[in-house]
Amino acid sequence: MCLAVPAKIVKLDGPNATVEVRGLTRTANVAFIDDPAVGDFVLLHAGFAIRKWSAEDVAEFDRIMKEVEEAAAECDQEEKP
Amino acid sequence: MSFSSTLLSMSSLMRELGRPVKIMEICGTHTMAAFRSGLRTLMPKGLSLLSGPGCPVCVTHDGYVDQAIALAHRPDVTVATFGDMLRVPGSEQSLEQARAEGASVRVVYSPLDALQMAREQPQRKIVFLGVGFETTAPTIGWTILQAAQEKLSNYRVLCAHKTIPNAMEALLSSGEVKVDGFMCPGHVSAIIGSNAYEFIPRKHGVPCVVAGFEPSDMAITMEMILRQLTEKCPRVEIQYQRAVTREGNAKAQETLKRAFVECDAEWRGLGTIPASGLAIASKYAAHDAAPLLAGLPLPAAKKHTGCRCGEVLRGVITPPECPLFRKRCTPATPVGACMVSSEGTCAAYYKYAAIKP
Ligand code: SF4
Repeated sequence: MCLAVPAKIVKLDGPNATVEVRGLTRTANVAFIDDPAVGDFVLLHAGFAIRKWSAEDVAEFDRIMKEVEEAAAECDQEEKP
Repeated sequence: MSFSSTLLSMSSLMRELGRPVKIMEICGTHTMAAFRSGLRTLMPKGLSLLSGPGCPVCVTHDGYVDQAIALAHRPDVTVATFGDMLRVPGSEQSLEQARAEGASVRVVYSPLDALQMAREQPQRKIVFLGVGFETTAPTIGWTILQAAQEKLSNYRVLCAHKTIPNAMEALLSSGEVKVDGFMCPGHVSAIIGSNAYEFIPRKHGVPCVVAGFEPSDMAITMEMILRQLTEKCPRVEIQYQRAVTREGNAKAQETLKRAFVECDAEWRGLGTIPASGLAIASKYAAHDAAPLLAGLPLPAAKKHTGCRCGEVLRGVITPPECPLFRKRCTPATPVGACMVSSEGTCAAYYKYAAIKP
């Protein structure tokens, strides 16, 4: 239940933001974030941004996800007869 | 450090320690991630990963589900909930079964959706099921403050929020399970900050490391805990630096403080733990759904089903030790909450652990 996903702020209107999550657009609340700005990456939980991410954080996340995906692909390869 | 060198380092630290080590995670997402990624099978011999009471749905007691169902049957109420709660068994039925019988239950992705329902349907009372730990509670707290500001008197919350650090304290002081280290929940800690765990190494001498959710995050976390054990220097560390600071999220904490007050809370399997729950602050009593329960019939507590969820949640047994596991209790026919929730320990074992006769 405590799952959170990275999202990018594309529009802001007070505490309400439009964010992009893996290519999809959705609304989010950014009341818990200091100085939110368009272009910021945030960690999204239950429709709320709970933490701002730096560009390095996002790059690290992408790198880890890539590693995981590659490892999964290797496993799939091995499973094939 | 690469993933494989972390695993090697874990093995050499285990050799140095020369004894079995039990690490407990307290987050349903960690439970699932450890299984799904295969991390459990890669861990050195002697190192085990126990699941604690980290699935909010699983630790919610039957009586709460009964209350939610009773409210959903009121003709003037719609119950809005995160999807995870839908199939959790109450004393007689689940919210999903109640919905099939005509109770008004709506699954939402965010409490903001429930707040919007309250705006759009002023003639109905919208009751949001406030279940979850410190990650989720501020989001619901925010909707309570917002409803008060907008004078949306038809928005209410049935509050059963729980907080993690005092549950860890209760587990340790019971002495029932020996835990050598805690893998602390990543997103709960993003809100409360790692300082919230400082009392654990100080009082109990048990290392605490806040972990991210990728396999490499979790492996590095275990390595950090093993290193603390070899150094005999238990402390609080943050592996998940991408999301967690020592202080946490000040704005979310402020929302928690305004919307809620600390209370004792009943945990499935752990009983009542002092100061481990959140109740709606008296200033916002108009948004508390509990008074709507007055006069509603509630079923008698369920007779014993044989479910051993309580012991699973305390880390005393693993699911395969429950006689009902994989027999009477499966995800299609769950007997207890730990088999229902996608983050439940029994569901994780069912899905991923090798079948042992
Ligand atoms: S396997 Fe089923 S009955 Fe046994 S403890 Fe888990 S949820 Fe309860």
